[in-house]
Amino acid sequence: MKLRSLAGALAATVALPFCAAHATDLEVTHWWTSGGEAAAVAELAKAFDATGNKWVDGAIAGSGGTARPIMISRITGGDPMGATQFNHGRQAEELVQAGLMRDLTDLATRENWKEIIKPSSLLDSCTIEGKIYCAPVNIHSWQWLWLSNAAFKKAGVPVPKNWDEFVAAAPALEKAGIIPLALGGQPWQAAGAFDVLMVAIAGKDVFENVFAKKDEEVAAGPEIAKVFKAADDARRLSKGSNVQDWNQATNLVITGKAGGQIMGDWAQGEFQVAGQKAGVDYTCLPGLGVNEVISTGGDAFYFPLLEDEEKSKAQEVLASALLNPKTQVAFNLKKGSLPVRADVDLAAANDCMRKGLDILAKGNVIQATDQLLSPDSQKQKEDLFSEFFANPSMTPEDAQKRFAEIIAAAD
Amino acid sequence: MTALTRGSARPNQWLRNLNAKIASIPMILTAVVIFLGGTIWTVVYSFTNSKLLPRLSFVGLDQYERLWAAPRWIISIQNLAVYGFFSLIFSLVIGFVLAALMDQKIRFENTFRTIMLYPFALSFIVTGLVWQWLLNPQFGIQSIVRSLGWTSFSFDPLYNADIVIYGILIAALWQGTGLVMCLMLAGLRGIDEDIWKAARVDGIPMWKTYVLIIIPMMRGVFITTLVIIASGIVKVYDLVVAQTSGGPGIASEVPAKYVYDYMFLAQNLGQGFAASTMMLVTVAIIIVPWAYLEFGGGRKRG
Amino acid sequence: MDKIASNSMVSAYDASPDRLAAGPRGRKPRRRLSRRNIIIYGTLIVVSLYYLLPLYVMIMTSLKGMPEIRVGNIFAPPLEITFEPWVKAWAEACTGLNCDGLSRGFWNSVRITVPSTIISIAVASVNGYALANWRFKGADLFFTILIIGAFIPYQVMIYPIVIVLREMGVYGTLTGLVIVHTIFGMPILTLLFRNYFAGLPEELFKAARVDGAGFWTIYFKIMLPMSLPIFVVAMILQVTGIWNDFLFGVVFTRPEYYPMTVQLNNIVNSVQGVKEYNVNMAATILTGAVPLVVYFVSGRLFVRGIAAGAVKG
Repeated sequence: MKLRSLAGALAATVALPFCAAHATDLEVTHWWTSGGEAAAVAELAKAFDATGNKWVDGAIAGSGGTARPIMISRITGGDPMGATQFNHGRQAEELVQAGLMRDLTDLATRENWKEIIKPSSLLDSCTIEGKIYCAPVNIHSWQWLWLSNAAFKKAGVPVPKNWDEFVAAAPALEKAGIIPLALGGQPWQAAGAFDVLMVAIAGKDVFENVFAKKDEEVAAGPEIAKVFKAADDARRLSKGSNVQDWNQATNLVITGKAGGQIMGDWAQGEFQVAGQKAGVDYTCLPGLGVNEVISTGGDAFYFPLLEDEEKSKAQEVLASALLNPKTQVAFNLKKGSLPVRADVDLAAANDCMRKGLDILAKGNVIQATDQLLSPDSQKQKEDLFSEFFANPSMTPEDAQKRFAEIIAAAD
Repeated sequence: MTALTRGSARPNQWLRNLNAKIASIPMILTAVVIFLGGTIWTVVYSFTNSKLLPRLSFVGLDQYERLWAAPRWIISIQNLAVYGFFSLIFSLVIGFVLAALMDQKIRFENTFRTIMLYPFALSFIVTGLVWQWLLNPQFGIQSIVRSLGWTSFSFDPLYNADIVIYGILIAALWQGTGLVMCLMLAGLRGIDEDIWKAARVDGIPMWKTYVLIIIPMMRGVFITTLVIIASGIVKVYDLVVAQTSGGPGIASEVPAKYVYDYMFLAQNLGQGFAASTMMLVTVAIIIVPWAYLEFGGGRKRG
Repeated sequence: MDKIASNSMVSAYDASPDRLAAGPRGRKPRRRLSRRNIIIYGTLIVVSLYYLLPLYVMIMTSLKGMPEIRVGNIFAPPLEITFEPWVKAWAEACTGLNCDGLSRGFWNSVRITVPSTIISIAVASVNGYALANWRFKGADLFFTILIIGAFIPYQVMIYPIVIVLREMGVYGTLTGLVIVHTIFGMPILTLLFRNYFAGLPEELFKAARVDGAGFWTIYFKIMLPMSLPIFVVAMILQVTGIWNDFLFGVVFTRPEYYPMTVQLNNIVNSVQGVKEYNVNMAATILTGAVPLVVYFVSGRLFVRGIAAGAVKG
């Protein structure tokens, strides 16, 4: 423990000798407040503090919805923080265009980010007009089905290996008084679950045609109709979840009250905090066990342009520390996400993370919807799917029609 | 000073009542710069396609067309109408009846009043949280009644899309009726004892005295109360967020939440501003004529 | 009718200002257990239960341990009383990396509430006085705009206010937040003060004018000493509103000034696996404690003040 932080400090002083002398306070805002998330962010803070500076934590609970407006108001109001988390992609696009964010291109060239960050689409999402504005810290993929082994044991059926088996096993679960599919009430969860079903059932090409090329014909076509059929199943199976937050839904799976949950790999952090073991207590099926493709969205840190010379230097130190191999390993193990660089050793990775790493190495990746769609289209999608999943009287056909309209209007 | 205020000399027109004007500067600034300026600014930008940052690139009525085509906005409006109607009626009726009961020379008036008023001291976030819990079917009122033997008893307003807005109403009334009761009680205390005596002498039944004589005399209280209740209704946001986050699905969405979500979550300022403009227009249509009659129009003091 | 009514009300005040304190009027109570009394007290007691139920559940839950909550009935009193959740809510609950609970925000809330309350009341009372006693051309128009302003959802105004504060150079400071609270408190407070001052006997004001007293002299020497009840009402409304505010506190300041409600939101919304309802409830009661105490202490004055201020429109 002591040795590691010492080594970290040493590495930092060697890499950037010019700022080791001053301790600078840097306020970092983020919305990582669940158990696993908080443990992960502590690793980032530790790495930054080890450079002789001080991480001032500005956590705002309530997920991005509560936190983002506050961050944006502060940046546009002229009282920016030292660094802030966003989902990379298009959330900070305009702040960059308005010249409010720091250009990290020099640092990125010096540290050779282009070579070390894999897949390269992550850095592309940080790049606007040829300049790099953010430091990606992790890869989060959405395409996972988390299953409670205990729940299936109780229902007396084997743990399913793919979505179809899961749907087939559902009646047995229901008979045992278990909710087959846990789904929280927050709108983004419903929209996310649909995207996952789309990749799994219709495949990578259809996904790209719809979200990257915004092809409304495909969105209105038979492939997507199949996806809506599956979503209809999911809607039926998720009846009775009655929770709001994603981690409460995950908790239903952890405690065996629900059979499974479609959720991103961040759910793994919760299993870990609860002391459960992959493969023993729970099972994970990437791509719902149908189509092993994962998306490579994630979190990134952006650095608002500051006047203070010292703080600006500290920003670069932080950016560099975030991508440090040691930080990457420590952080991602806690967070349940994958590191953004391929050259780190994840010996401690568990079963599920390994599956993810394998898929990543094979290149079976897609971009996340956050990277492809504007927050506006995302929100419309969320409105649609939260209504769809909560309202059994809405037919899949109607929903598909509205979905196609959203895609047609997307920019 | 007295010479000035008589205001006969023309050049002194602006200096007349100078101190009052200086003292009103904060109010004038707030009214003009913040409320009026902010409103105009909002309306102007509602005709643009501003995303995360305000930008003056006009797109005509696009934002409004999209707004009225959005099912979520329609549901928000309907919810606000239902919530507003019942909230207004119940607040006034419950508040008045409670105040009338409290005005019957009862014992422990202080205790009862404190009990009814204390929820007002708590924020909507807190109110929403507590009621979310009480109304939770798994361990709230429903489960208690069931454990007493009525196993088919069902009371889960927050998880039933058809009645979720009433679940929110229950919490809103819990928080707000105490204040209304106090306002009404204050109004009743302002009524001359002689009126009661006269009514009794004439043999008018009590309820009739209230409806025909007392209530019309309490016009001022009703207006203040109405401003407080109605402004709260239009602004309802925190309570919904704390109780249901707009769910199940979009069944308990309200306009203020639509505005906030589209401005900040969807990063589509234009859409958010279009929605807020619609809210402002509605408020203005209802309020302006009334406010003009009430506060403008040269009504003198007294 | 209207005119007469309000005139008679004014004269009623003048005649016996103490009458308000004298308490309820209405018919004299007769026998103890008359049907009428049963109905009145019965209704009041039932209604009181509705108001008290949530508080009861909050307190009971905050004194239970998590295992008891999971199995138990929310209305049952705790089998084993524990103050652990209170300690945790006040001093240990985590948000991100900071694990010092609500204690962090308490003094910030005080630092925000005290100046905001004083300044907003000072400004609104002078406004109300000017509107009631020193009418000038256009005053009614501004006042009407102000009242309509009370109906604008706060969320709509965030952007324009960010811009105004930025241009004034006070964004992110305590001063900026005080200005925001003053602005949004102004409509209702000005309405209250205007009505109150308009209800004071005009003769007092006229006599002072004849004696040559000016705007500020009359305000400080005559109006202020007579206005204790309405100041209490304004104070209660403002302390409650500002103390409970979350949105402005978090949008217009920086973390070193975050009020207690921000920590409350953080505690309530950061779920570590299972929701810790007992800690949430303790945190809720702790956050609400200050306005609650204000209410309990000055509840009597509140009704009196409203009676004096809000009766006349």
